[in-house]
Amino acid sequence: MKAMDKLKLIIKREYLAKVRNRSFIVMTILSPILIVGMIALIVFLTKVNADEKKIIAVLDDSEHFHNVFKTTDAQSYVVFKDLGLQEAKDSVVSIGYYGLLHFPSGDDLNSIAANSAFYSNKAPGIGILSDMESTIENRLREEKLKGYGLNSRDLEDIGRNFEIRTESFTGERNLKGVNEIKAIIGGSFGYLIMMFIIIYGAFVMRSVIEEKTSRIIEVIISSVKPFQLMLGKILGTAMAGVTQFVIWIISAGVLSLILFSVMGIDMDAFNSTANLPPETMDAMAEITDSQDKLQPYIQELGKLPIITLLVSFVIYFILGYLIYSSIYAAIGAAVDNETDTQQFMLPVIMPLVLAIYVGFFSVFENPHGPIAVGFSLFPLTSPIVMLMRLPSGIGADGVPLWQFITSILLLIGTFICIVWLASKIYRVGILMYGKKPSYKELYKWLKY
Amino acid sequence: MNNLLEAKNVVKRFGDFTALNDVSVNVPKGSIFGLLGPNGAGKTTLIRIINQITYPDSGSVLFNGEPLQAKHIAMIGYLPEERGLYKSMKVGEQALYLAQLKGLSRSEARKRLKYWFERLEIGDWWGKKVQELSKGMAQKIQFVVTVLHQPELLIFDEPFSGFDPINANLIKDEILELKNQGATVIFSTHRMESVEELCDHIALIHKSKKILHGKLNDIKRNYKNNTYEVGLESENKIRLRQELEQKFNVADAHFKTVGDELKLRIQLENSDNANDLLGYLSDKAVVSHFVEVIPDANDIFIQTVKKNESHG
Repeated sequence: MKAMDKLKLIIKREYLAKVRNRSFIVMTILSPILIVGMIALIVFLTKVNADEKKIIAVLDDSEHFHNVFKTTDAQSYVVFKDLGLQEAKDSVVSIGYYGLLHFPSGDDLNSIAANSAFYSNKAPGIGILSDMESTIENRLREEKLKGYGLNSRDLEDIGRNFEIRTESFTGERNLKGVNEIKAIIGGSFGYLIMMFIIIYGAFVMRSVIEEKTSRIIEVIISSVKPFQLMLGKILGTAMAGVTQFVIWIISAGVLSLILFSVMGIDMDAFNSTANLPPETMDAMAEITDSQDKLQPYIQELGKLPIITLLVSFVIYFILGYLIYSSIYAAIGAAVDNETDTQQFMLPVIMPLVLAIYVGFFSVFENPHGPIAVGFSLFPLTSPIVMLMRLPSGIGADGVPLWQFITSILLLIGTFICIVWLASKIYRVGILMYGKKPSYKELYKWLKY
Repeated sequence: MNNLLEAKNVVKRFGDFTALNDVSVNVPKGSIFGLLGPNGAGKTTLIRIINQITYPDSGSVLFNGEPLQAKHIAMIGYLPEERGLYKSMKVGEQALYLAQLKGLSRSEARKRLKYWFERLEIGDWWGKKVQELSKGMAQKIQFVVTVLHQPELLIFDEPFSGFDPINANLIKDEILELKNQGATVIFSTHRMESVEELCDHIALIHKSKKILHGKLNDIKRNYKNNTYEVGLESENKIRLRQELEQKFNVADAHFKTVGDELKLRIQLENSDNANDLLGYLSDKAVVSHFVEVIPDANDIFIQTVKKNESHG
């Protein structure tokens, strides 16, 4: 029988053993339900919260403030006229309004503002307070500037935001925050790789330990080479993992579609303007303005090197997973039970965690700086860090081609070395029982 | 070309420890070959080399006259000492998997498994998970899986450990049947007495070295030293014993009889003849018991080890 056929048999067994495992099935089914359920719950709660619009009565004896309060999503203002303070309080309570904002009579805006008060049953939320406060502040500032002789056009002019224009040397317009968005896209690829390695690497390890403790290992390796068994195990587990991920993604997608349509959340709501009350032309202008701002970002995302990104994701994913899972397999072979694995786990988890931290703290800030370059070349971190850099493409503005190639070559070289070392440890380890091995012991095994 | 397997000057080291030191053995075709020695002597290492699980540092192993290679894996059936099954896998599925790894097609494996399961009366276990079976039940399945691909060479490492006597007997009979069908069997054990009735060739391994090797009967013949166990019925046992002690090399013997006769172990000179002894004894007393002492594997082993150690 050819070695390939045996490998296929092993992969099939490992795959079936994994996907038929009860806890695996439970995890596969429950995870999307849990995650989508959580999201739905959060959305639901925010919606309930938002639906409860707070109505605030404004009693302005001074007549200077009553028309500055604008209704927003969270609260609306009702102006009371010709009422005494006590009457106003009583009616607010009887109608069930959220609270009463009172301005005493007077001519000096500053003293009016200083003597204003907000009455409510409950302590008011910070959002409402700050909204009222900033409205009053604006009114005061406007009044002062008017006192300096500025007209309303000047005021508008002052209010305009300033934003620095950034441009790359080749003349392309750089957008603020676009690096972060790119890094987040790359980062989620990297994070996916890390999660996959940690979850399914541990599965490989447990499966090796199981073969050792059930004592079937020697029966198997009298039929196949230990390396074949290790490789079959790694590949079979990876296929089970990919199956699980695909099921997760599909079912999470379907579930969220169902849930959102049931809950009546319009998926377009986030982009459409229909749900914003077009009260003033100002507001409309603002919306079109923000859409204008968004446009270049969408364009920029459209310019992402999707193919480069996907191809390198596959490359880094496969190589990274193979390197780490063979280390996991060697650890599983070296020990007799899972508790003994602790001492070997730290050096495995460390580079992964380091890669994620370096990614989030350094690569986001400076995707092509020395730290980012170093960690995207170092083979144990490159699958994660390089993917965070890659959304800016390969070439002049992105990752230099030599770095990309070097990183992959280093990864392949490391892959060969690690798999070779791991299979040596594995070969010896699976037949060793009873003693808890030290690093020194493992080193000795390499020479057997 | 009578040897199915020939190991020549095999050396295997693990770090500073030498597990096999220049070991050569020949396993004749169609024989039941006992690989004997105490725990840790190197038996399992030699077996693992034959199974191509590990490789010798030097020396060679020939299978049917050819250097051991990948294709021979399918011609060997191996029941290791450390044996087990996947606990959460179903019996039938597992047996099919292991058989396919040995190169059988799925349909052929299924056919043969059916035969064996019926033969050992375990047909209704097919859909059970291994963790539902007792240890003895699991061992029957391991045995079936070992022999299923009809290997030319069967290797059993401590086969009877863990078997209850009924199952042990059953397996023993099956092994003899396989031998009759032409298989060659290697037995590895530290319990010498268990191989006495099965093996026709043995090799003794002690402290990584082979110290004895050959046909069991030849070895026994070499190791017997013209000693006889006798039972003598006489009025005056003390007197009789004194008389005999003057003439022969006499020691106490222990064997079971129904009477209370004098039990002695008498060693003759090499030139002396058993018939003369019997004639002499029957003149003096009634001879109720007369047996030549044939050393068992255990005695031979102990003697050989002692001899080796005194020789340095």
